[in-house]
Amino acid sequence: MADSSAASTHPGPAGEVTKRDMLTLVTTAAVAIGVGAVAWPFIDFMNPSKDVLALASVEVDLSPIEVGQGITILWQGKPIFVRHRTPTEIKEAVDVPLASLIEPQPDSERTKAGHDQWIILIGICTHLGCVPLGNKPSDPRGDWGGWFCPCHGSQYDTSGRVRHGPAPANLAVPPYAFASDTKVKIG
Amino acid sequence: MVGLHKSEFTNPVINWIDTRLPVFTMIQKEYGEFPTPKNFNYFWNFGALAMVNLVIMIATGIFLAMNYQPNSELAFGSIQHIMRDVNYGWLLRYIHQNGASTFFIVTYIHIFRGLYYGSYKAPRELLWILGVVILIIMMATAFMGYVLPWGQMSYWGATVITNLFSAFPVVGPKIVTLLWGGFSVDNPTLNRFFSLHYLLPFLLVGVIFLHVIALHLTGSNNPLGIDVKSPQDTLPFHPYYTAKDSVGICVFLIVLSVLVFFAPNYLGDPNNFIPANPLQTPADIVPEWYFLPYYAILRSVPDKLLGVCLMFGSLLVLFVLPWLDTSKVRSVRFRPIYRVTLLVWVVAVFVLGACGAHKPEGIWVTLSRIGTLYYFAQFLVILPILGKLERPLPLPESISHPVIGGRGGGPLPTGAAAKPMEKA
Repeated sequence: MADSSAASTHPGPAGEVTKRDMLTLVTTAAVAIGVGAVAWPFIDFMNPSKDVLALASVEVDLSPIEVGQGITILWQGKPIFVRHRTPTEIKEAVDVPLASLIEPQPDSERTKAGHDQWIILIGICTHLGCVPLGNKPSDPRGDWGGWFCPCHGSQYDTSGRVRHGPAPANLAVPPYAFASDTKVKIG
Repeated sequence: MVGLHKSEFTNPVINWIDTRLPVFTMIQKEYGEFPTPKNFNYFWNFGALAMVNLVIMIATGIFLAMNYQPNSELAFGSIQHIMRDVNYGWLLRYIHQNGASTFFIVTYIHIFRGLYYGSYKAPRELLWILGVVILIIMMATAFMGYVLPWGQMSYWGATVITNLFSAFPVVGPKIVTLLWGGFSVDNPTLNRFFSLHYLLPFLLVGVIFLHVIALHLTGSNNPLGIDVKSPQDTLPFHPYYTAKDSVGICVFLIVLSVLVFFAPNYLGDPNNFIPANPLQTPADIVPEWYFLPYYAILRSVPDKLLGVCLMFGSLLVLFVLPWLDTSKVRSVRFRPIYRVTLLVWVVAVFVLGACGAHKPEGIWVTLSRIGTLYYFAQFLVILPILGKLERPLPLPESISHPVIGGRGGGPLPTGAAAKPMEKA
């Protein structure tokens, strides 16, 4: 009865690479490529579909937002804070010495040039994911006038930077661009 | 540790697993060494092809279910979403749709092999019966799957087939209401069909497992229909039949690919591109091609209950086939008269298929009656009688010496007889 493992019954001369080794290698490579080619559509099937990708951008009209007012909108399933900062709030954000920040980042890196009265942030606390308070005028804003997270007490300043933990990082800034002075496209 | 299995494997990880759960030993025994008759022809590939097809259906089906919505208002749209918006959605959907057709092609050929070579005869009766159970589960799964896109043919095919059960006296209408979950095919029906369509394939896996166990206990049949007399008549399953099955699988994948990439809607009905409308019946209600012969039998007689009984009967008669066939000879190769009747039966099935595709008018009614008559006559009249009356051709001595009597003529030249397999 033929042995089920052919290579062990007919090994090539010691040390030499045989034709069988080449065939085995080529077959293995072909099978690997085949398996990959079959697996990829199944995997990519689970990636966001075209309609989800189409919802990946949202346009916001800024004209109704008064100075000192902030709104929350939905983008990619997440809350986005859009606040129209007062000159005092802008000055407070810019004047802070970077060394005193938990995560040092200048305000200029978190706003767009010429539009620094607008601060646009992903409204998810970087601690464990709650939505911080501070957009409504009746909300507590914390000691730095920005946002206050009621879950565990993290506090953010008017640039959305974390000033009091337990949050470890500043509020994230989503990708956005100003289409005009009164219109911004997020995502 | 008295009860533990003693594993032969040298690799320490494999040995550890195998000692505690001898899966590797089992695979080695059942697919490595399993003594398989050495004279298989390509008809013996089709069981393996069916398994591969089932895996493809389950894989594509599970992923499709991630995006399908089993609600009558959303179902049709969700399929369009899969086809247009989901990455490779079109590919998985077409593979699933055409894979269903290839599943039936493969299974029907597999059944034909059983009929032709007498694989249903002792000691393989239970193997055959399990196979008929598999066929029925496949048909239920396919029927429910076709309803899910909620097109016109989905809806009306479901209505016609569920209405069949109203033919049964007294309890009929109650059964239909129970199936529907309402007063017509509607959202509750769709929801439960989706649940069962997801479930049944896994049940199928279980029955197939039993089917293969039954096979491995009796050993495979072979084209000569005679028993294996010695190890010389066999080959280890690996590498001989793993290699041969690989060739078959490649051909199968080519056929499936041609359908999927070049003619994905060829076997389908254009009516199913129209969303289901309970207020309008399509001009022709036709099931998918693999149900056409049964549909023809159903419509061959004017009486509703008789038609239903004949249709179910055409499947039930398969269960008792091992006892209907009285011949002691397994393979049709040695039964020349029966071979003719069997091939006529295959033609009858194809004719019934054609009848199922047409309206039951004129010539098609006549043909479907002749076809139905012959279908049942083959099993209930011809098989029992012919087994007793027919004089079969002389059987060969063994698989290794097939040339004695009948086929090939004359004794073997010296030295041409199969020698024992050389030990390497």
